Amino acid sequence: MKSAILQTATRYLLPILLLFSFFLLLRGHYYPGGGFVGGLVASIAFVLHSFANGTASTMKILRYKPLSLIPIGLAISTLSVVAPLLLGLPPMTGLWFEEPIPVIGMIGSALFFDLGVYLVVIGVVLTILFTIALEQ
Amino acid sequence: MLFTVLTGLITSSLLIPFGKLVKAKWSIVLPLVPVLLFVFYLLHIPTILGGTNLVQHVDWVPSLGVNLDFRLDGLSLLFALLITGIGTAIFFYGRTYLKGHPYFDRFFAYLLLFMSAMLGVVLSNNILTLFVFWELTSISSFFLIGFNNDSKASRDSALSALSITGLGGFFLLAGLIYMGHIAGTFMISELFTKHDLIVDHPQYPLIVGLIFIGAFTKSAQFPFHFWLPGAMKAPTPVSAYLHSATMVKAGIYLLARFTPILGHTEIWNNTLLIVGGFTMVFAAIHALFRVDLKGILAYSTISALGVLTFLLGLGTQEAIIAAAVFILVHALYKATLFMVTGIIDHETHTRDLTKLGGLRKVLFPVFIAALLAALSSAGLPSTFGFIGKDLIYEATLHYKTNWTLWLTALAVITNIGLVAAGFMAGLKPFTGKLPPGFANVHLPYPSMWIPPLILGSLGLIFGVFPGYIGDIFNYQAANAIVQTDTAMHLKIWHGFNTVLLLSLATLLIGIVVYFFNKPSERKLAAVERLNSIAPQRIFSIIGRSTMRLSNWYTQTFHNGYLRSYHIKIIVFAEILLGYKLWISGPIHIKWDSLTPLSWYEVGIVAMLLGALYIIVTTRSRLTSVVSTSVIGYCICLMFVFYSAPDLAMTQFTIDTLTTVLFVLVLYKLPSFINITSRWLQLRDAVVALGFGVILSLIALRVLQEPNVTEISSFYGENSYLLAKGKNVVNTILVDFRGLDTMFETVVLSIAAIGVYSLIRLRLKSSEKE
Amino acid sequence: MELLLVIIIGLLYASGVYLILRRSMVKLLLGIMLLGNGTNILIFLLGKITKGSPPVINEAYKVFQDIYADPIPQALILTAIVISFALTSFAIVLLKRVYALVDSDDLDDLNTPEEEDL
Repeated sequence: MKSAILQTATRYLLPILLLFSFFLLLRGHYYPGGGFVGGLVASIAFVLHSFANGTASTMKILRYKPLSLIPIGLAISTLSVVAPLLLGLPPMTGLWFEEPIPVIGMIGSALFFDLGVYLVVIGVVLTILFTIALEQ
Repeated sequence: MLFTVLTGLITSSLLIPFGKLVKAKWSIVLPLVPVLLFVFYLLHIPTILGGTNLVQHVDWVPSLGVNLDFRLDGLSLLFALLITGIGTAIFFYGRTYLKGHPYFDRFFAYLLLFMSAMLGVVLSNNILTLFVFWELTSISSFFLIGFNNDSKASRDSALSALSITGLGGFFLLAGLIYMGHIAGTFMISELFTKHDLIVDHPQYPLIVGLIFIGAFTKSAQFPFHFWLPGAMKAPTPVSAYLHSATMVKAGIYLLARFTPILGHTEIWNNTLLIVGGFTMVFAAIHALFRVDLKGILAYSTISALGVLTFLLGLGTQEAIIAAAVFILVHALYKATLFMVTGIIDHETHTRDLTKLGGLRKVLFPVFIAALLAALSSAGLPSTFGFIGKDLIYEATLHYKTNWTLWLTALAVITNIGLVAAGFMAGLKPFTGKLPPGFANVHLPYPSMWIPPLILGSLGLIFGVFPGYIGDIFNYQAANAIVQTDTAMHLKIWHGFNTVLLLSLATLLIGIVVYFFNKPSERKLAAVERLNSIAPQRIFSIIGRSTMRLSNWYTQTFHNGYLRSYHIKIIVFAEILLGYKLWISGPIHIKWDSLTPLSWYEVGIVAMLLGALYIIVTTRSRLTSVVSTSVIGYCICLMFVFYSAPDLAMTQFTIDTLTTVLFVLVLYKLPSFINITSRWLQLRDAVVALGFGVILSLIALRVLQEPNVTEISSFYGENSYLLAKGKNVVNTILVDFRGLDTMFETVVLSIAAIGVYSLIRLRLKSSEKE
Repeated sequence: MELLLVIIIGLLYASGVYLILRRSMVKLLLGIMLLGNGTNILIFLLGKITKGSPPVINEAYKVFQDIYADPIPQALILTAIVISFALTSFAIVLLKRVYALVDSDDLDDLNTPEEEDL
């Protein structure tokens, strides 16, 4: 399925889609979006790239095995869950910075939780698809 | 007392790691266990003789009233001494008997387990723990009887013993629970005071019936007697142990133990009299026709158990004393005879009475042991058996009813049979001419013939000093059954009276029967023919039909075809749901509350239906996968229409990824083949449509219900106030129900690891790639 | 419109059940996916469908000013969709392995293990 048009297109599509997925993640708390959708869109970006250029080259871009994203994501979510314990609050209490940060908006523990979900989803989807694809 | 029960259990389980060691060198430690326990109980004799009962209490399941309560009174002590004492002899004997057997360690593990279970039965003060130990004896005896597990006959008789005693166990449990419920206590020591309460209860006959079934199955009373001759397939030490002092006596123990609680009523006494009386005569006559030594002993054991049941049925003080003595008499001579039989079998490799003879010339010490046992069994004056027989006749003669004479006659007939059977087993193989084939037979190791010799001699010694022995062993046991002081003192000489005459007559007639009765295969076959109407046949028919039923059930319901499981589950669900819908009344559709219909919705639905049709009918894999994704996208569009943007996005991306996945894996596979017949397709279509219709009806019914929005509005109102988010779905996912999402990601990770390992791990080199 | 959804639910379930009664492993998998979709819509319907008002609070306010779609079924379904993806992908790979082992898509072939397995 190697076509020059697709190869050229994905070169630009990959960063744009990744940016879009990050955008979906960040706005998830206020508008439709969130970690799940963001992660899925990001994985689709990589899958598209692998279709155009072959899985091996996508793996090269990624540098690390997608499997390694899973523990990182789980760790981030877990941290955001237990972080309130450090302040003497029950776990999963929402913690928020007082002032909004430009571009990103309000930052709080929920955002980190969503970020964990986002990474886990990317890790899971890419692990599944790439192991299958590489095996063919 | 708990420690005595645990000792056996712990030693038994220690044999798992150390079995090999014990088998090789240290087998001498095994008999030390019963010796230790025997000494422990001997040391308790003075306490019990003083009339005090030992009690021990350990909490186990206090909330259910099940505790490890132990109680040692005269009856328990008699049985505990028998179990450990005879056990000592058997352990020494069995150690030599099974020397070099590949499963030597396993055998003793089972035997120790069995011994502990028996101790548990006779020591329990709680009827539920008693039941637990009772079942444990059934289970461990199953392993012992089926010890020669490469022989089908052995396995079958073990199974038959287990199913009969296990079946009885169920009834016993029901009876015990019922009794405990009525009395309000499960403690035996407290139940003694509730005699009137239980006996006057309208359900008393039921309780007695249930407990009787439990006791009769265990003690091989007619019509449950047939498992016992079958159990003779076990190695001889097992038969000697199980049928002289332990397993079968458990039923007798139970009856004796419950006599003060349930006894002294017409139902109790008459049932025991009838069942015991019939069994003892039936088995005594049967024993005379056997040619197998163990067969004779098996039937004479059944007969002896019948005698004990009969005596408990008489229920008078004299009868109880007789029973307490006869338990000991029988245990001594029967264990001896079994062990002698084992030696004969071991040395000559036959137990056929028609082939054996003259063995006194080669096995003299064994002959002495057998002779002593046979004489005790015959009740020759100055043996312990004589005392036992005297007491039995005394009990029947003094039983004041119109039936006195008949009962005595029954006892006399039984004893004549037992005398002859005892001589057949103990005398016949040793007298007469030694067949030439047995000239080379030599005496086994002393550890095999000394235990029976000791037990046999005890029969004589006890008979010479009956007063002393009776005081030690039987006096308090009888007291425990009667619950008052029986003032029992055995005497060797009662003077010339009817009882003595009867005893002598029994002995003489028994000797005459012994000389004139020539058992042969032909006679045996004639007797066996009666078995076609015997309960054994009925049981085996039941057993076989149960087998056939379960076979049929497995074939039909667990046939290994996934779709067959599916269709059963679905049809069952249809029936259940359909019934529920039917009884919940008619369905009304509130037309005015429905949302209006627009043309693009109809378009989507049409597309979806088309895709569904294609999936079901297509033969191409790729087409069906594409149709599935079309369905997914249609659903995604619906989410868009109905205000679920998050869902729409997720559905869209997931659907895309699923399609990619399918295509990656499936495009190589060949197209579907149509294998099922038209008729099956039609049947499946009907079932499937039925399910669809039922689900649609359920959906309609749900629409008719008022909408409960409390939880939804809580989330809606607090989304921003509590979680600082305006997308309510997202706040539910990451904040309100964050822990759920957390674990969802864990599930996702597990799936990914599963996929990764499924593909990366090569389980088999033979796998085609 | 609810009536249309009711019909769709029924048909999704019916075709799902029909497919899981077939002998092919792929059809079994497709059937399970259809059943999952049917269940999703059923849950969605339970929350009473609403048009044009997603459960997102208006930018200018802190609470809802208007009627809005029930967020709970949506949260449930979102979870279900993602989980069913995990299930499907695992099942697909399992299917692939089975195919590599027995060289057949026929479920009945799984009942006759190879001799070396016996």
